[in-house]
Amino acid sequence: MNLTLKIWRQKNANDKGKMVDYKINDVSPDMSFLEMLDVLNSGLILKGEEPVAFDHDCREGICGSCSLYINGEAHGPDRGVTTCQLHMRKFKDGDTIYIEPFRATAFPVIKDLIVDRSAFDRIQNAGGFISVNTSGNTIDANTIPINKHDADDAFSAATCIGCGACVASCKNSSAMLFVGAKVSQYALLPQGRVEAVDRVKNMVAQMDLEGFGNCTNTGACEVECPKGISLENIARMNREYLFANIKD
Amino acid sequence: MALDSKIPEGPLADKWTNHKNKINLVNPANKRNIDVIVVGTGLAGGSAAATLAELGYNVKAFCFQDSPRRAHSIAAQGGINAAKNYQGDGDSTYRLFYDTVKGGDYRSREANVYRLAEVSTNIIDQCVAQGVPFAREYGGLLDNRSFGGVLVSRTFYAAGQTGQQLLLGAYSAMNRQIGRGKIKMYNRHEMLDVVIVDGKARGIIARDLVSGKIERHSAHAVVLGTGGYGNVFYLSTNAMGSNVTAAWKAHKRGAFFANPCYTQIHPTCIPVSGDHQSKLTLMSESLRNDGRIWVPKKLEDAEAIRAGKLKPTKIAEEDRDYYLERRYPAFGNLVPRDVASRAAKERCDAGYGVNATGEAVYLDFADAFMRYGREQALVKGLDVNDDVLVKKLGQEVVRTKYGNLFQMYEKIVDENPYETPMMIYPAVHYTMGGVWVDYNLMTTIPGCYAIGEANFSDHGANRLGASALMQGLADGYFVLPYTIGDYLADDIRTGPIPTDTKEFDEAEKSVRDNINHLINNKGKHPVDYFHKRLGKIMWNKCGMSRNAEDLKSAIDEIAELRAEFWKDVMIPGSADEYNEELAKAGRVADFLELGELFAKDALQREESAGGHFREEYQTPEGEAKRRKEFQYVSAWEYKGEPKDAVLHKEELVYENIEVKERSYK
Repeated sequence: MNLTLKIWRQKNANDKGKMVDYKINDVSPDMSFLEMLDVLNSGLILKGEEPVAFDHDCREGICGSCSLYINGEAHGPDRGVTTCQLHMRKFKDGDTIYIEPFRATAFPVIKDLIVDRSAFDRIQNAGGFISVNTSGNTIDANTIPINKHDADDAFSAATCIGCGACVASCKNSSAMLFVGAKVSQYALLPQGRVEAVDRVKNMVAQMDLEGFGNCTNTGACEVECPKGISLENIARMNREYLFANIKD
Repeated sequence: MALDSKIPEGPLADKWTNHKNKINLVNPANKRNIDVIVVGTGLAGGSAAATLAELGYNVKAFCFQDSPRRAHSIAAQGGINAAKNYQGDGDSTYRLFYDTVKGGDYRSREANVYRLAEVSTNIIDQCVAQGVPFAREYGGLLDNRSFGGVLVSRTFYAAGQTGQQLLLGAYSAMNRQIGRGKIKMYNRHEMLDVVIVDGKARGIIARDLVSGKIERHSAHAVVLGTGGYGNVFYLSTNAMGSNVTAAWKAHKRGAFFANPCYTQIHPTCIPVSGDHQSKLTLMSESLRNDGRIWVPKKLEDAEAIRAGKLKPTKIAEEDRDYYLERRYPAFGNLVPRDVASRAAKERCDAGYGVNATGEAVYLDFADAFMRYGREQALVKGLDVNDDVLVKKLGQEVVRTKYGNLFQMYEKIVDENPYETPMMIYPAVHYTMGGVWVDYNLMTTIPGCYAIGEANFSDHGANRLGASALMQGLADGYFVLPYTIGDYLADDIRTGPIPTDTKEFDEAEKSVRDNINHLINNKGKHPVDYFHKRLGKIMWNKCGMSRNAEDLKSAIDEIAELRAEFWKDVMIPGSADEYNEELAKAGRVADFLELGELFAKDALQREESAGGHFREEYQTPEGEAKRRKEFQYVSAWEYKGEPKDAVLHKEELVYENIEVKERSYK
């Protein structure tokens, strides 16, 4: 396949940035999207130009590093995948592909297509944990029986990879799907109930502080989430938050 | 320098308890005056950082990713072992210990492995308390499954994403400590040297990957939890950024490097599709619980399949060779990874491979669909003789067990594995070699520790499934936090370590010189060009099977390639900005040294053990042949060029296990 790429280039956080056109030929449909960028980059390096910077690591859809806004969609046109799992067979010969960084005030650009998602870490630091000593001197695991249904729902919420596609897809750059998933995981487990009130208040407060917007129930986050994290988690977070504030 | 493993006296089962009772402790008030650097924040580094902070030490944690949550431990799929014996199927600490030592081909250290088995049960308790959502049975209790190389169900899991859940558990424990200010987190930072003061590890030189700034960080001890070096092969199941740099720099500063040639080849990976490939994707070994592995019995069938003229589903049952079930009836498709990998390669080398390149075998779920489907039909009172219905019901069961893996396979290969058997081939996965450590997990540099995959001690020549996560968390949560206190007890009066000393000056200068050389080189080829060439030498000559002649030529070729790299590598951009090519160049430079030591280690080990199959040493049936005289750890001391490294041997003594020929028949 021969393609035209329109890629956002931005030297650093202070640079203004602009779209730049690139031609790439002989793209195999078996390549992943990131492998296609690897090929582009090795060509650029050989020409003495700087390669396009993008985040990536595991390349098997689980680390959450890779991002990219492709043709106006987080992680591109396919559903239920990260960019590293997107294959070129989803595109056609002669296509023009727009590649941009995730856009959100809370995710400032570091370089080219790389954004700073450490706001997610700070939300986690504010309460995304259960306060248990790491000594191992806790009760036997099977003395905390958990209904299979709840365990499965907690697991589903916990599969969030923190990629930020929800934020990038939201017209308000809301982080509520991410935070809702975290709040839900612990809210559904007996171990997490003890601190539930403080957790949801602290995490939501930090989320607001970071400059993420509010949820407007558009649902784009759920559609674009590579792990299929459900909107139910936002509803659960809202219930938890309301309950926490009533309790005060 | 003589190697002292510091294994405690006394009976095996009491060693750890006795050791803990005698170990020096640091008073909680004094812990506040002690700094510890933890490099790497995966299962081992993350759990260690959290626990050390919990104990009261000041922790500085470093990772090259943008967040600890992205460490490659996150990609582990299948599960974590623990000798809980919840299933009542005969499991015990001893049996987990026994399976691990046997699975490791009797090349791991007995005392360390026993301790690992002993603390394994605490890990599950800890993780459940942290809110790790393990799979549950309908009664609300934890579920278990079985893994290759064992006869009990002791593997705890969270669908096919166990590593993710355990890592996020450790990350949540870190978050709590970061929030409390007890861990200072340095994301997007890479360690480039260890600083030694008066013979002790007292700090590191790190590079901020965003600004390119070189930084000095001091501490009373340095812990490396930096994972393995499988990316020396270029193609592996490791994350793209996984590297050996931190461990290798420690090696160059005096830490012995043990068993570098011990690498695990994982049997169930998605086969290579072409030259553009950047990495290989593993599918959980748990698939072997239900999938049957086969190739055609007849060469002409294999040829027709490769040519695209025949579909695997059209091959009659009697024309299929279920070679693992044939060769190893007792364990069948659940033989250990090295055995399964080698058997696949043997069949493909003999011409029975089933993809275009002839490097793939089938992993077939057709029987499992029918088996589960009949059970479901019976439970639901439906017609068990309706094959279409039964298959559909069975597929649903398989979907709940392995759905995410099937989906992943389909995305990559573009074939539906519910309708046609999966294709798999072995790929480089985990490295059992690593920095040599004593029983306290301390390297040969005082004050420098190595934990998890970065050290060598627990897995021997081969790692059984679901044991890597166990070791990472055992080291980080429950072993290092005790043993490091023994060392730090002498440092309560030391006070903060200054960074404006000649040792830091010297280490920083060597880091800067290295970077300046690379960035100003203006050669002809990008970094990947050298990395791919190194990978080809490693796979062809130091891969699944090796012989003396190939290994000798590999040593020369790698040395030549390294010289070429330093002369000809081309790196765009500058050193004081985000520059991925520069970071990559530094890592590949280290792989080019490690690769040579890897080949040298493989050459001197004249035996077959685990994934290390020396062609000259095999039984008449083609099985690995161990030799008693090689029952030792090879620990290499750095002396300049890798070819000049000096070998030290730690004899492995088995007092509690009879060393036998490994058999899975």
